[in-house]
Amino acid sequence: MSTETAGVAPKPDQASTQTALKQNLREYGLVLALIAIMVFFQWQTGGVLFKPVNLTNLVLQNSYIIIMALGMLLVIVGGHIDLSVGSVAGFVGAVAAVMMVQYKIDPITTTLACLVLGGLIGASQGYWIAYMKIPSFIVTLAGMLVFKGLALWILGGMSVGPFPREFQLLSAGFIPDVVGPVTLFGTPFHSTTLLIGIAIVAAMFWFSVRSRRARESHGYAAEPFGLFVAKNVIIGGMVLFLIFMLASYRGLPNVLIVMGVLIALFVFVTKRMTIGRRIYAMGGNVKAAALSGIKTERLTFFVFINMGVLAALAGLIFAARLNTATPKAGLGFELDVIAAVFIGGASMAGGVGQVAGAVIGAFIMGVMNNGMSIMGVNIDWQQVIKGLVLLGAVVFDVYNKNKA
Amino acid sequence: MTDTILEMRGITKTFPGVKALQDVNLTVRAGEIHAVVGENGAGKSTLMKVLSGVYPFGTYEGTINFLGKECRFSGIHDSEREGIVIIHQELALVPLLSITENIFLGNEQAHFGVIDWNAARRKAAALLRKVGLEEDPDTLITNIGVGKQQLVEIAKALAKEVKLLILDEPTASLSEKDSEALLNLLTEFRGQGIASILISHKLNEVGKVADRITVLRDGRTIETMEQDQISEDRIITSMVGRSLDDRFPPRTPKIGETVFEVRDWVVHHPSHPDRTVIRNVNLNVRRGEVVGIAGLMGSGRTEFAMSVFGRSWGVGISGEVLLNGKPIDVSTVGRAVDHGLAYATEDRKTYGLNLIDHIKHNISAANLKGVSSAGVIDDIRELNVANEYRKKTNIRSSSVYQITGNLSGGNQQKVVLSKWLFADPDVLILDEPTRGIDVGAKYEIYTIINKLAEQGKAILVISSEMPELLGISDRIYVMNEGRIVGEMPAAEASQEKIMRMIVRGEAKATEGDEKVRAAS
Repeated sequence: MSTETAGVAPKPDQASTQTALKQNLREYGLVLALIAIMVFFQWQTGGVLFKPVNLTNLVLQNSYIIIMALGMLLVIVGGHIDLSVGSVAGFVGAVAAVMMVQYKIDPITTTLACLVLGGLIGASQGYWIAYMKIPSFIVTLAGMLVFKGLALWILGGMSVGPFPREFQLLSAGFIPDVVGPVTLFGTPFHSTTLLIGIAIVAAMFWFSVRSRRARESHGYAAEPFGLFVAKNVIIGGMVLFLIFMLASYRGLPNVLIVMGVLIALFVFVTKRMTIGRRIYAMGGNVKAAALSGIKTERLTFFVFINMGVLAALAGLIFAARLNTATPKAGLGFELDVIAAVFIGGASMAGGVGQVAGAVIGAFIMGVMNNGMSIMGVNIDWQQVIKGLVLLGAVVFDVYNKNKA
Repeated sequence: MTDTILEMRGITKTFPGVKALQDVNLTVRAGEIHAVVGENGAGKSTLMKVLSGVYPFGTYEGTINFLGKECRFSGIHDSEREGIVIIHQELALVPLLSITENIFLGNEQAHFGVIDWNAARRKAAALLRKVGLEEDPDTLITNIGVGKQQLVEIAKALAKEVKLLILDEPTASLSEKDSEALLNLLTEFRGQGIASILISHKLNEVGKVADRITVLRDGRTIETMEQDQISEDRIITSMVGRSLDDRFPPRTPKIGETVFEVRDWVVHHPSHPDRTVIRNVNLNVRRGEVVGIAGLMGSGRTEFAMSVFGRSWGVGISGEVLLNGKPIDVSTVGRAVDHGLAYATEDRKTYGLNLIDHIKHNISAANLKGVSSAGVIDDIRELNVANEYRKKTNIRSSSVYQITGNLSGGNQQKVVLSKWLFADPDVLILDEPTRGIDVGAKYEIYTIINKLAEQGKAILVISSEMPELLGISDRIYVMNEGRIVGEMPAAEASQEKIMRMIVRGEAKATEGDEKVRAAS
């Protein structure tokens, strides 16, 4: 007995360039917005924005926001929020300072201990949220106050620094040029950086061609060829441009390596791993996820531990960058992090959001901060403009969704 | 006393794809208790929503005359102004407000927005006396039982100077004593000239208090009986009088040994742990067998299934679940799935699907291990699986990348089924598998069920549609008030027989409770 009513065999989903563009309007739009904003500030700042030293600064200034945005993305996709990350980052930076400066503990031990501390902080908040079902907004609001207070207490209200040189390298260091500088067009370039950059772009191309081949060999239509090429060329070009600029200054900053590895890891986790998929399923419909055998409580707990570790890492990087731990460190970071994730297309209700979006969102905020500072826009108006951009991005999302 | 106060004539209400009501007539006389009975989905609630203005004038056809004038309600406010008040099965009280505040909610005793609490409390106390509720008007709703809450609802209706009171399944969650008090109250109102429409499944109650009974079936009025014509047999025949046609694909059952067995299953209510919801349920399903559980809404079937499936409902659960004769641990959903159980929920939007994600991700959700190795998902394998099940269950969509929230009910149900088929269970519990979907899609779902049975799966189907159960099951259990009150081969079953078991079971259950109470 078979289904006589079975309809026609499903047509291969051959998408036209136009429909593919329409479907991914959000992602492409975000990249284009970033490019447009960069070009705008390049023009307005009279070419300062794209200067190698400024681009390097841009990366350094935003690294801790981006690292926290990776964790926040999982938190928000899982249907929660974490308001405590700024305070946690500040607190962990303070602990690291006291360990290294007052107790003379070596930087590596300190770093590892602080990451574990971050995990414990995440667990202590995640426990209430996951198992006791206390709303994450409340738990982390409490955490925000608690860790802000603890940071003040541990520092005794004073700044503690400077740090050992090895620790500063975490934020201020650059990778060594093992190959040696090369001179192109009359400028010396950091050739190790160039080689790494070219290797990364080549690997990116190889992976996307391979995945396209795999789809085609199984008879599935991939995205239109023209779009595929255009996408890869634009992203590859942007990476190469950045690498080229960095190489003409002092090469790859250490923190960019950490950031790059983390971004790649989180893209892989969210796109390819079962745990990532489960977080999306949980954020989309927690009841259905639980009835599908997903351990939603444990998953929530894990998401907050992960957030704690990343907040700790961000705190260390920020402290290393300032070369001192201050009671005010981390103040208001949570707002930048959350804004980055929402600009990147995540939904307050959970279940929606991409790592790439959050990273680009963070860069959009970062470029605006940087560009407006160079232009001499007052801090008051900077806040107003950033606020409006956040609102605009979300309005754009909602408008698109309603239209669909 | 034969003045007609309400006359609904030729009411037709259409939802996309379904005619919920077709040319329904209902008249209510002054000061009578008029019962409306019918199977689940017969259109009772829809009719009441038309009457109370939930479905505003213009969204239905037909006319409503109340107290001699034609009514065109555009919302529940209009009907309440005329004195028609509906009390829903799920009470509409705010739990953390007091009785007084609830009684005058939206109707506050205020001058220029300032509430006169003394007047409100005084009036509330008077209303409570009227409905025979001895409680301080300042008591919070959450601190009184369901039976008393029901009385507060009625007091609230009286505060609005009700002329026609509609009660939707008022005694469904009440104890015998509370039910009796409530019905006595309705009888008292009759003396005061307040008419009531009583919607109930409990035919013994209806027989006791109703002056007339209107039977609905499949969205039509079947008949209206006068008091001297009322008999249980006649009501049942009217309620179910429908023939089974060839809406079900044929199947030759090949039934093997017992695969799945539940013994002495007891479950308590999660928010009232002293209330037993499932009482000593024993049942079994054999290889290749489709077993139905019949019962009315609220009989505990979903609660039973969800409590078996990883304790997803209820507290204080005891009993044994056996698979192939061996006890298994089903204390979490993960363990239940690992042992080969699957439960496709009755509420696919709330419990079944991630509506903002596409078909592919929904199909793999319960068996991510099947498309991944070492925690890494193989995208191509997942795509193959999704396409395979999309074809097998005939999901109509542009591709597996369509968002499930945009699919029709029938296709959503097929995605839920696909999800569980891909988990490859031995035992499949299907809760209302065809609720809210059209006849064509129903046929497809039945075909899938037949195929699964042929593959040797044990299938337990919960359905409120008796023809469906009779059409697809090999054996039927009848459940009522949390117990199994009967079991029969489908070949010997009929709708009348099942309905009788439910009604008798109720009588028996009530007797049992009385005995327990007397003994204690």
